[in-house]
Amino acid sequence: MQHRREIRFLLNGREVSVADVGASQTLLDFLRLDRRLTGTKEGCAEGDCGACTVLVGRLGAEGLSYQPVNACIRFLASCDGCHVVTVEHLSGPDGRLHPVQQAMVEHHGSQCGFCTPGFVMSLYALWMETPQPSEKQVETALQGNLCRCTGYAPIIRAAVAVSEYGSPAADYLTTEREAITAQLRAMQDGARVVTGPEDNRAILPASVDDFAAALLEYPQATIVAGATDVGLWVTKFLKPIGPAIFIGHLDGLKEIREGSDALTIGAGASYTDCEAAIGRHFPHLGPYWDRIAGWQVRNMGTVGGNIANGSPIGDTPPVLISLGAEVVLRKGDARRTLPLEAFFIDYGKQDRAAGEFVESIRVPLPAQGQRDAAYKISKRRDEDISSFAVGISVTLTGETITAARIAFGGMAATPKRAGEAEAALLGKTWGEAAFDAAAEALPRDFKPLSDWRASSDYRMLSAQNLLRRFYLEQDDATAPVQLTA
Amino acid sequence: MKDNVTITGSAHTDRIHDSAIKHVTGAADYTDDIAQPEGTLHAYLGVSTVTHARIVSLDLSAVRAAPGVVGVLTAADIPGHNDISPTGQNDEPVFPTDLIQFHGQPLFAVVAETRDAARRAAELAKVETEALPHALDPVAAIEAGYPHVTAPLKLERGDVEAGFASAPNRIKGRMVIGGQDHMYLEGQIAFAIPGEDDEVVVHCSTQHPSEAQHMVAHVLGVPSNAVVVNVRRMGGGFGGKESQMNIFAAVAALAAKKWNRAVKIRPDRDQDMTATGKRHDFVVDYDVAFDDTGRIEAVGGSFAARCGYSSDLSGPVTDRALFHADNAYFYPHVRLESRPMKTNTVSNTAFRGFGGPQGVIVAERMIEEIAYATGQDPLDVRKANFYGGEGRDLTPYHQQVTDNILDRLVGELEQSADYRARRQAIIDFNASSKVLKKGIALTPVKFGISFTATWYNQAGALIHVYNDGSIHLNHGGTEMGQGLNTKVAQVVAEAFQVNFERIKITRTTTEKVPNTSATAASSGSDLNGMAALNAAEQIKARLVDFACEHWGVEAEEVAFLPNRVRIGEETLSFDAFIKAAYMARVQLSAAGFYKTPDIHWDRDKGQGRPFYYYAYGAACSEVTIDTLTGEYRVERTDILHDVGRSLNPVLDRGQVEGAFIQGMGWLTTEELWWDTEGRLRTHAPSTYKIPLASDRPRVFNVDLADWSENRELTIKRSKAVGEPPFMLGISVFEALSMAVASVADYRECPRLDAPATPERVLMAVTRMKGA
Repeated sequence: MQHRREIRFLLNGREVSVADVGASQTLLDFLRLDRRLTGTKEGCAEGDCGACTVLVGRLGAEGLSYQPVNACIRFLASCDGCHVVTVEHLSGPDGRLHPVQQAMVEHHGSQCGFCTPGFVMSLYALWMETPQPSEKQVETALQGNLCRCTGYAPIIRAAVAVSEYGSPAADYLTTEREAITAQLRAMQDGARVVTGPEDNRAILPASVDDFAAALLEYPQATIVAGATDVGLWVTKFLKPIGPAIFIGHLDGLKEIREGSDALTIGAGASYTDCEAAIGRHFPHLGPYWDRIAGWQVRNMGTVGGNIANGSPIGDTPPVLISLGAEVVLRKGDARRTLPLEAFFIDYGKQDRAAGEFVESIRVPLPAQGQRDAAYKISKRRDEDISSFAVGISVTLTGETITAARIAFGGMAATPKRAGEAEAALLGKTWGEAAFDAAAEALPRDFKPLSDWRASSDYRMLSAQNLLRRFYLEQDDATAPVQLTA
Repeated sequence: MKDNVTITGSAHTDRIHDSAIKHVTGAADYTDDIAQPEGTLHAYLGVSTVTHARIVSLDLSAVRAAPGVVGVLTAADIPGHNDISPTGQNDEPVFPTDLIQFHGQPLFAVVAETRDAARRAAELAKVETEALPHALDPVAAIEAGYPHVTAPLKLERGDVEAGFASAPNRIKGRMVIGGQDHMYLEGQIAFAIPGEDDEVVVHCSTQHPSEAQHMVAHVLGVPSNAVVVNVRRMGGGFGGKESQMNIFAAVAALAAKKWNRAVKIRPDRDQDMTATGKRHDFVVDYDVAFDDTGRIEAVGGSFAARCGYSSDLSGPVTDRALFHADNAYFYPHVRLESRPMKTNTVSNTAFRGFGGPQGVIVAERMIEEIAYATGQDPLDVRKANFYGGEGRDLTPYHQQVTDNILDRLVGELEQSADYRARRQAIIDFNASSKVLKKGIALTPVKFGISFTATWYNQAGALIHVYNDGSIHLNHGGTEMGQGLNTKVAQVVAEAFQVNFERIKITRTTTEKVPNTSATAASSGSDLNGMAALNAAEQIKARLVDFACEHWGVEAEEVAFLPNRVRIGEETLSFDAFIKAAYMARVQLSAAGFYKTPDIHWDRDKGQGRPFYYYAYGAACSEVTIDTLTGEYRVERTDILHDVGRSLNPVLDRGQVEGAFIQGMGWLTTEELWWDTEGRLRTHAPSTYKIPLASDRPRVFNVDLADWSENRELTIKRSKAVGEPPFMLGISVFEALSMAVASVADYRECPRLDAPATPERVLMAVTRMKGA
């Protein structure tokens, strides 16, 4: 089949076709510079402030769904086959304000106004999903939106009141749902898309098998899933990423299989995609999951990408390692499986060959007597990169600790198990003494560095204390030993 | 006829921000959203990658040769003066010629067909340098014998030595107070369009259009009348756009004139945060003597500030730190000294509070010291030291405090927040809770209103009434989100008794009102509201004269009623009246002017009345900390704040809420972190953490003291609101401190430094446990 040379998507009310889209071209620049849709703002160009928030609707396995994303680090090529909705599309053709906009105006939710379109878009997405949200739900939805003027109180007041101004049932995206679905369906031609100039090529494979084939053709290609890291290579570091293979549209990589002994997460599943399954099978990860970046980034970023990029401070590797997760790598049609901790060789070095990609992650379900916890320490509670994070998994047989897996991120050059601390627990009787001993052993496992997120001393001291927290928390659930959201 | 109809948007009413609808629809244009003329070029700054060094050579050949590049600008391309020092100290070159003084200092600009091309080319410079030793913080600078960037200030009253000698108790300590990045959501930007002869128009995001105008003229070597600076709105300023946009305005204008094409310059967030100044960090050595009841007898303080490499606004900022080192408390004997230290860091600048918060927090630290030393509730120590009573009303700068309302205000908040009972409950909780500990604090603020540079306290406005009755309003203030334009338009609507919608609010431009002051020091509506009122009153006076003459009535028989005018027995619509005035050749335009009365300041003597009045407020915050990790949560904050007779209560409340959160951020998660090489490593929202929605207090009660009225004749008896509530965030810091103190049974002041990151909290807990 012929490769397609242009990308096609719906932009607000119109279908657009753009030829020669370079891999590094961002959606935000396209909106602002090419289309002069200047309501969408650039605040940081790194997916942290949310001023560029737009909705992207996509036909997935379960039909059309819209999510707020950061246009600044969303690559234009990855919008192929999607519906991009910007703030300009919200108010009605008669100029009447959208319910979200009306609520924001009447509750004085804007001051300087620069962040406001982004807030409006996040709140729009929230209202569509949860028309009458709690304050907590609003806060979670707004983790990826910074406001420097209002102190947020009026925005929260507006958010919980949106439904007083209108119902999602009457919203354009609801009433036009079938028509939009049909338009998007008509764009799907099953072709591989190859576009952009030679040195900045963007490739959108037609399927997972086509991805495997394409990666053999371009073994040095940058693989782009959610672009929440690769996006910054472009916007902040001006690094070339071409040729880039985009995989965010591949439903075959988004499968989440809830088996009897393990949860298997497709490498292309976003944090949001797997949130429900994670919460069902690993309840301790529910609150932890909410602290991974902000909503927009959780909608884009993938667990597979969080692993594949090899960062020592990714949020998911430590907690997945502690649960005994395995990673499935694929090259062409060949697959191999290795323990997740073995994937991380050294800083910037992973056990992934050219032409190979992370296909899925298999997380064994908890065994009888297994006690799990996940903790993240950061300067700010939400939407922060961890100073360090830890997954702790301890199995008891009677009162004896018969298995212990403790993995830290942010304490070494890679996500890494705390072998000495684990050894200090193994075979011991469940009790404070065992965890004190594990804490004492921890400096033999790690020599953390000092940086802008935390000093070495703080990392070590609070890491030791988290082992104590684990004990206290498991031992007596009635005495709270940590702050909850 | 009964006047039961009122106008919309009159003074003292809640009125939405005039741009609110444009904000939510994305239709509000910021500088980057202005449609560009054909052929617009883009500039970008090339910056230093060393911290302190002599420039041996600057090789820009690769920059010039890069794709899309039109040319470069260095110091050699400046036809006028290579200086943008806002206080005329000639210490801030646009581009340095021989000395690099901080990491990230702009060295040149590259101009290209696209912003992307300019950004990429800017990386290609080859800079040969000879390294020099650097000093990054005020302590290192003092040790290295670095100079002051500007003359220090000393405030002295009473006999401080005698005070120390006679007092029964004395504590000396040091407090390290971090700086703060403005993190306005819209970064710095300037967009210049060349005109004929020496003319240029610059659109830029600035709080100080007149200064930008003067700087551009200075750099171009042209008179000020050749330069027009426009700003419709900013996406936040907070002081960060008072002087920091000068370099961007100057570079855009230079390039626009050189290539005769429109030129835009917009740094990315990293460059914005590394190349522009911030709130000053301070290291303060304090010395406080007090009697056994906790009443202060003498205070000494040395306030060393990280000013950065040049003076910028560090003089007035460090002055204001001293002006507020008393906060709300009377010091019988006092000596305060500033040390505005030169450091090899970006030149620090204005930021909401302008040094005041750093002074206030030291006063609160001393209160804490006294409370722990005497075993009292800090609130009791605070109350015992408030200004007031016989002979207890003179500030360290010899201004009499005549309008203190803190006794009532703090008393009301203490009741409404149920402070005493909650404090006891917290002490009980802490006694039984092993890991989690709580703290509560009620802190006041008293903030002096007026620019301490007395000549800044002037403003102008321009009002046109067109012959259809529509009104065009312009004034010298700038809109950065605070709702200044809304408030001023309310004043004008009230004056003419016309609906708010009749008034067109227009962009601030140096063409309409000259020689304006920065929209800063919380002065926006005080100054510009008065100037606009003055313009309106001039036009009204002419209209009344006209009515008297035309209808043969006395002035008392002319009344401006809602949207109409009554003249004797006759009533006309406003439109008809204006039309008649026009036909009778009445001048329907006026330039208004205002200068704040009664203020004076002799800096050499350290005496005067620098402030027209004070604004007051108080906050009570409760926190919980985790003593295993130092993590914390703000459980509840109650605020009672004084805005006098509010021009617009809902906008003022927004200022109070927002300022509190910003102040809390300064003292909690916002940390500027330089590595030993002098690189700022927290330079984008990924690494520099301002508060999120989920960081705001779990319960947040904000009230305005609606009984307060400014004793001075300010605009409609209101008070300034921009900065004072910023310091309410100190209540969170003090509450954290109490929670930390609980681990050692409140026997000792934890001496928490700012910002109180989870790390500092945990380390303080560890220190206290060992104590």
